[in-house]
Amino acid sequence: MSNRTEVEVRLNVNGRDYRVRVEPRRTLADTLRDNCGLTGTHLGCEHGVCGACTILADGEPVRACLMFAVQCEGMELRTVEGLADGDRLHPLQQAFWENHGLQCGFCTPGFLMLATGYLEQRPEPDEEELKEMLSSNLCRCTGYQNILKAVKQAAAEMRG
Amino acid sequence: MGRSLARFEDPPLLTGDGRFVADLNQGARFLRFVRSPIAHGRIRSVEIPDHLTAFTAEDLHEVSPIRPLLHREDYLPIEQPVLASQKVRYVGEPVAVVVADSPEAAEDAAEQVYVDIQPDRPVVNALSALETNAPVVHDLVGHNVVVDACFETGQVAEVFSSADEIVQFDLRSQRQNALPLEARGSIASYDRRTGRITLIASVQSPHVVRTILADLLDLPESDLRVVVPDVGGAFGQKFCLAPEDVVATWVAGRLRATVSWIEDRRENLMSSFHSRDHHYRIRGAFSSEARLLAVDADLVCNIGAYSCYPVTCGVEPLMALAEFPGPYDFRTYRVRSRGVTTNTCPMAPYRGVSRPVITLAMERLMDKAAARFGMESVEIRRRNLIADFPYTSVTGLVYDEGSYLESVNLAAEKIDLDDFRRRQQAALDQGRRLGVGFSVFSERTGYGTSAFAARSMDVTPGFETVDMTMDPSGNVEARLGASPHGQGLETTLAQLIGDRLGVDPSRVRIVHSDTDRTPYGWGTFASRSLVIAGGAARLASDFLRDKLVAIAAAELEAAPEDIVVRDGRATVVGTDTGLEVAEIARLSYHSSHRLSAGMDPGLTSTATYNPAGTFSNACHAAIVEVDEETGAVRVERFVVVEDAGRLINPMIVDGQLHGGITQGIAGALYEEIRYDEEGNILTTSLMDFLPPTMAEIPNIEIHHLETISDATITGAKGLGEGGTIGAPAAIANAVADALRPLEVEIDELPITPARLRRLLKSVEGGKVIG
Ligand code: FES
Ligand code: FES
Repeated sequence: MSNRTEVEVRLNVNGRDYRVRVEPRRTLADTLRDNCGLTGTHLGCEHGVCGACTILADGEPVRACLMFAVQCEGMELRTVEGLADGDRLHPLQQAFWENHGLQCGFCTPGFLMLATGYLEQRPEPDEEELKEMLSSNLCRCTGYQNILKAVKQAAAEMRG
Repeated sequence: MGRSLARFEDPPLLTGDGRFVADLNQGARFLRFVRSPIAHGRIRSVEIPDHLTAFTAEDLHEVSPIRPLLHREDYLPIEQPVLASQKVRYVGEPVAVVVADSPEAAEDAAEQVYVDIQPDRPVVNALSALETNAPVVHDLVGHNVVVDACFETGQVAEVFSSADEIVQFDLRSQRQNALPLEARGSIASYDRRTGRITLIASVQSPHVVRTILADLLDLPESDLRVVVPDVGGAFGQKFCLAPEDVVATWVAGRLRATVSWIEDRRENLMSSFHSRDHHYRIRGAFSSEARLLAVDADLVCNIGAYSCYPVTCGVEPLMALAEFPGPYDFRTYRVRSRGVTTNTCPMAPYRGVSRPVITLAMERLMDKAAARFGMESVEIRRRNLIADFPYTSVTGLVYDEGSYLESVNLAAEKIDLDDFRRRQQAALDQGRRLGVGFSVFSERTGYGTSAFAARSMDVTPGFETVDMTMDPSGNVEARLGASPHGQGLETTLAQLIGDRLGVDPSRVRIVHSDTDRTPYGWGTFASRSLVIAGGAARLASDFLRDKLVAIAAAELEAAPEDIVVRDGRATVVGTDTGLEVAEIARLSYHSSHRLSAGMDPGLTSTATYNPAGTFSNACHAAIVEVDEETGAVRVERFVVVEDAGRLINPMIVDGQLHGGITQGIAGALYEEIRYDEEGNILTTSLMDFLPPTMAEIPNIEIHHLETISDATITGAKGLGEGGTIGAPAAIANAVADALRPLEVEIDELPITPARLRRLLKSVEGGKVIG
C-alpha cells in the first residue's frame, strides 16, 4: 500500500517554486510541512476547525489541511515563513509580539495568515468585523484578548 | 522586575521557526496505534498481516506495566499495560502499534490489523460503577472504588441538628479534555554509536519521564535522554505519562531506528487524558447570622480506566477532600471522597485539577444560602471569608497572607453591584434576563515536597534546582528542571536573575527541557515554576552576586557592603569607581590568581528551593444574559480581582489570567466529553467538543492586589490555574441569578443551551418553546 502512485506537483510558495512528488491524497498542509520543509504551518485538528493550518492561496485565507497539494498548482501560496521582510517583522508579527498575542505559539502562524489575508483586502475593519473574522481560528492559551489588540494595532499600522 | 518586557520566546514562534515535535521527524519511521473500538472486553486475538511491522502486548512482555502508587490504605494500586493485554478497558486504548514509512502508510497499515474482542458489559458513569452489580473494570480489585478517603472533625451531626438553615444539593460536573492545540507526540531515536535512546516529546516533565521510562524498560537512566522542544500547550494533559511514549521508546530500541508518534485530534479527544467528571452531594449548615458552621460532602470522581503516573488517580479526589473549604472559615467538616474506575479514558490533572469543581460547589452553596437569607451574595461571603493570617484550615492547610475580603469588595465595586441591580430589574421589565455571579477562591500554588508528601505519593515532587554560570563575557546561563511551554518563564526568570545580578535580562539565557543539560527537576505544572524555579533562581543569583561583589570589593579595595551591582557595573557606593560585570567575570576565569585565597575560579552556583507552598487568591465576577428561548448564555462582562503577590512581568500575568478564564468559561458553558451507554465516545472532533472562539469570550477586566507574604522568597505566588478555577462558579452563579425568579437551580456544568432549555422546561413560568 505504501507505494501508491505519486504524482509530481509544482507549487509556488512565498515566491519560490517547489517541485515535489506526492500521493494525490497528500494534503497541502502535509506537503508544505514534509515536502517543502515549511513547518511553520501547524496542524491542530486536520478537520478544518482550528485554523492552525491557515495559509493564503491567491491572497485568500484557506485551511491547508482541507486542500490537496494537487489542487494548488498554479496558485500563489503564502505561509508564515514568507511574512517577515528579512529581519524586519511584518506589522502583524510585531504587534503580536508587543501585545503578548501568543503564549505557546502553536496557533500563531494561522492567526497571522488569517489576519494578513483579511487586512490586505479590507484595511479598515471595525471591531465587530475583526472579531467575527478572528473567531474562525482557535487559540487555547491567550483567551483571545491580546490577539484582538494586536490585530487592531497592526491594522492601524498597515493603513499607515 | 515589575516590567512588562516583551517575551524572549516570541520571535521564532512568530516567523514559523518554532520547533514542535511534529516539525522534527524528518527521516523517522511512523507509528500508528491500533486502538480498541470496544469499551470493555477480552482480547481473543490480534491478527497482523505478515507484510506489516507491528507489535502487541506479547512482544512487549518484558515492559513493566504502569503502576502508579500512593502509600496509603485508602488507595488501591491498579496496573496499566502499555499495550492492552488480555483485556481492553476503554474505547481508544492502544492494543497494537504498527510501523511504516509515512504517516499515511502507517494509517493504512493500522486499518489492516484486526483485533478480535469478546465484549463485556461496560460501565461509564461513576455512580453506576458504585452499584453492587456493576461491571468491574479491574478484576483484581474486585470493585470499582480505588480511592476512598474520609475526613471528619466530629460534631457533624450535632452542628447540623442545631443549625438554623441547611442547604443541600447535588452537583455534577461533566468531563472535559484539556485540549492543548498541539496534541501529544514524540520521536524516539536509538543512537547506534552510544546505545542511548533520545525521546523528543511534547511533555511537561522531562526528568520524570526519563525516570519512568528507565523503570518500565529496565534501562539505566543514563542511557536515556528526554528533550522537550516547543510545546503547543499542555494544561496538565502532558504532565502524566503517555503509554504511547513508552511504546515509542521500546520500538526505537527494538528496531534500532528513529520512530515518530504524532497523535491526531481524534485520538487526542478519545485517548489522551480527561478530567473533572465529578458527582457531589453537599450539605451546608448555617447559623441565623448566615455563618457557615459545617460542611458535609460526598464526592465521587470518575477516574476512568487507569491511574495516571506520577500523580495517580488520587489527584482529583484527594485534592477535592483537602482543599474543599477554599477561602471559607468553618471548623466542622465531614467528607468522603472517592475515585471510581469506569470504562472511559483515564483522568489526569487538568489546569486547576479539582478546584474548578470544588469552587463551584462552595460558591453555589454560598449563593443558595444567600438566597435563603435574602442577602446579597457578596454579603454572605464577607461574613464567611478567612481574614486572619496565617490561617490553618479545618484540614490543616496553612494559608499565608491574602486579600480575600478585599478582593470581594473591590470586585463588587468594579461591577457596581447596586447599579447592576437596577439595570437587572429594568431589563427584566422588558423580558430580558441578566444575572451577576461572584466566585471567591484560594489557589494553592508552589507545592513543595511537604505538600505532596502529605498525599503519601510514591513519587514526591516539589523542589527545583537551578545551576547558574556566568561566562567570561558576563553573560548568564541558568539551567533548570522546570519545563515551561508557553508561560513565558524564560523571560520572567531572565528578569528576576538580571535584577539580582545587575545585568540586562537579555544577557540571561534560560536552559530547560533537556535532561542532558539540566539538573533533575519536576517540570512545569501546578502553577509552580515561577514560585519554585524562581526561588531557586533567586538563591543561585544571590550566591553569584555575592561572589561578584567579593571580587569587586577586593579589586576596588572597598568593603563588600559598599559595592552596588547595577546596570552591568559593580561600583563603590557614592562614587564612579567601579568595574564592569564583564570585567569581573573575565577576571574570575582568566586571572584567577588574583582572587582571594580560598575562592574558586569562575562564576558558578547551584541552589535548590523547596517551599511549603503559598496561596494566591482572587474574586471573579461575571454578568451574563440568558436567552430563555434558545437557552444560550452570553457573557457580557467579566471582572477579576487577582492577588498573586509580587508581579514580575504583569503582561505575562494578565495573559495567564485571560487564557485561564477562557478555559473556565469553556468548562462552564461549552465543553463536554460525552459517551453513550456502551462506552463509545461521541465527541471525537472539534465539531462535537466545542472550545470557544473569540466570539464567545468577553473582554476580561483585570485588577491586581499585591499581598507580599513571606511564604516565598521572591514574594511571587503562582497563578497559572486561577482563571480556570474561578470562572465556572462565577458564570454558574450569574446564570442562576438571572433565572432566580424562576427557581431554576444551576447545579450541572456545562450549561449548554440544550441543558438549560431542559431545565427551564421543567419549571413553571419558563417559557421555552418546542
Ligand atoms: S489543522 Fe486545519 S483547521 Fe485545524
Ligand atoms: S498561543 Fe497557544 S494555542 Fe494560541
